[in-house]
Amino acid sequence: METKIIEHSKAAELFIKDEKRTDWHNETLWFVREKRDKAAFQIPDWELLRETASQIKNNVLSNMNQYLIDFEANAKNNGIIVHWAADADEHNKIVHSIMEKHGVSQMVKSKSMLTEECHLNEYLTEKGIDVIDSDLGERIVQLRKEAPSHIVLPAIHLKKADVSETFHKFLGTEKGNNDPKYLTEAARHHLRDTFLTRKIALTGVNFAIAETGEFVVCTNEGNADMGVHLADVHIACMGFEKIIPQRKHLAVFLRLLARSATGQPITTYSSHFKKPGEGKEIHLVIVDNGRSTQLGREDFRSSLKCIRCGACMNTCPVYRRSGGHSYHNAVAGPIGSILAPNLDMSKNADLPFASTLCGSCTNVCPVKIDIHVQLYKWRQKLVKEGYSPKSKTLMMKGMSAVLSNPVFFNLAGKMGRFVLEKMPGLVSNGLNPWYKQREMPAPPEESFREWYQKNSTASKDKNNEQ
Amino acid sequence: MKIGLFVPCYVDQFYPKVAIATYELLQKLGCDVSFPMKQTCCGQPMANSGYEHLSKDCDANFIANFAEFDYVVSPSGSCTLHVKEHLHDEKNEQLATQIRKRVYELTEFITDILKIETIEGNFPHKVGLHYSCHGQRMLHLAQMSELNLPFFSKPEQLLRGIKGLELVSLGKKDECCGFGGTFCVTEEAISAKMGQDRVKDHENQQVEYITGYDMSCLMHLEGTLKRQKSPIKIIHIAQILNGL
Repeated sequence: METKIIEHSKAAELFIKDEKRTDWHNETLWFVREKRDKAAFQIPDWELLRETASQIKNNVLSNMNQYLIDFEANAKNNGIIVHWAADADEHNKIVHSIMEKHGVSQMVKSKSMLTEECHLNEYLTEKGIDVIDSDLGERIVQLRKEAPSHIVLPAIHLKKADVSETFHKFLGTEKGNNDPKYLTEAARHHLRDTFLTRKIALTGVNFAIAETGEFVVCTNEGNADMGVHLADVHIACMGFEKIIPQRKHLAVFLRLLARSATGQPITTYSSHFKKPGEGKEIHLVIVDNGRSTQLGREDFRSSLKCIRCGACMNTCPVYRRSGGHSYHNAVAGPIGSILAPNLDMSKNADLPFASTLCGSCTNVCPVKIDIHVQLYKWRQKLVKEGYSPKSKTLMMKGMSAVLSNPVFFNLAGKMGRFVLEKMPGLVSNGLNPWYKQREMPAPPEESFREWYQKNSTASKDKNNEQ
Repeated sequence: MKIGLFVPCYVDQFYPKVAIATYELLQKLGCDVSFPMKQTCCGQPMANSGYEHLSKDCDANFIANFAEFDYVVSPSGSCTLHVKEHLHDEKNEQLATQIRKRVYELTEFITDILKIETIEGNFPHKVGLHYSCHGQRMLHLAQMSELNLPFFSKPEQLLRGIKGLELVSLGKKDECCGFGGTFCVTEEAISAKMGQDRVKDHENQQVEYITGYDMSCLMHLEGTLKRQKSPIKIIHIAQILNGL
């Protein structure tokens, strides 16, 4: 699904053309943000909980190598087969090799943003493997050959009628029946058969515990468990930043995760996997794919604290009005915009600019990543490394020259006000993006400094003396 | 106590009344305030666009203008924040650091430094208070809706003494207006939509005025209101506090 990237601003413009849908999308996500507020504010120590989670993750980032070594040793002791993948390609090859080893060409897969990041589905499909996503939202977008638009709510960009249309086309449901119960039931039947026949199940990982070598997968639908328990082989894929030191730390993260994500006290299923059942196998693929580079970037390393709750997306006024696909990255929204440039600066140079730097993302983040600060810093880095259009650089140089020099500044200000007054057509036209939907300010007769020269206490005193 | 009035460049050129109100208000509150004539821009437009390295001349000019003052006060949260976070001087970093610590947004200067609880006045109108993001979330002029912490609001506290002023409660208490500096042209579609949505929230409460402590956001909302030929007017908080 390697398609041509459309810049965020252009994609957003297209999204917004359907204003009613944009309003619906905005309010739907805002509803989730409000649910999050209600759930979070029921915990008096919410801010302390966030701070605690943040400190635990800081500790993990500073001791990553040791925790990974411990985790691997403990997992191996438990009978888990551990694989290391340097990048997306190696990750995909490892997963495929496990399938080949078992002679299996079908897989059931629960939600894993890492496999989206690695484009595993496309890779396996090319190799002739039939992959079925078992998370309902993931399944819907998979049928439509779309990417998830949100890390927690993959099909949040779709309305009931869109899902009905998709199911009618692919699952043979009644045309025009938008009843959510009916549609969910149809999906259940469709997936039930998948669960019963698949020998290999793949899941993501929410938390990997260094102390015990076990890992935890959180879902609301129970689809990860259903897939894993009915399969002979469980493949779990994780970015290495999923490590937490001890099992007791789960008490912090599980309380934060679902409250931040959907406003639930906890995910319906928080499944612990420690060792394979009789005659079964658990494979764990630990992936780097740019994470060690990000860990080495002092300004951006804390982005690896992310627990993928999606709260920053739900609160982001830009995300709510542009949809997840406008970010052309597996992880969208504010967190995606600080992760994506690490993976590819050239492809993702637009994303840190897709923000007003309002800072709401930073405030909802359960692990206190300073997202808006990193957006600002990515802007500086991208410009310095040459990923900014030449025209913009020229304009900025011009602005800097005028705005830093008192003489130029006064002259430009006078000219600007003169133009607005006498020749408004020069700026109030279609070439000025501001003017497309907004009026220009009315030019005053004089600037403040002109007024001040005549009217300030100091100048009045002077005049009186004369 | 000598106070340097830092007037954002666009306020100087387009909204002189806001700067006049700020100047007069500070004088009424007993401050020795003056406006250094050679000030220009704080450099934020370049910095937020990724060109912080091009704002060095702005920094130097800012320092030259404001070095002599005990406090620097500005009727803008955003510009104040930029100076507080990004003002540097390779030749005299100590001086730059001092100025960074001395710069205050107008309402926080009144409540925190002048220790004035509230200001008496008269403004018999229904008003919506727009919490501009930089002042609120970064300068902490008011509590933020995302945090589970006690309410406070420096601008609201000051407005409480204004007779007849009815402050409405908005649907989204502290949603960004979409201005965002150069964002308003580089992401025109989203920016304009955010402005329209912000205006709608105020309209739903039937306000006569939208006020705030940041003229840039108010300019954005004004541009949107005027395009829609709305009767709602914008007014900077300094103008209300100064009795217009």
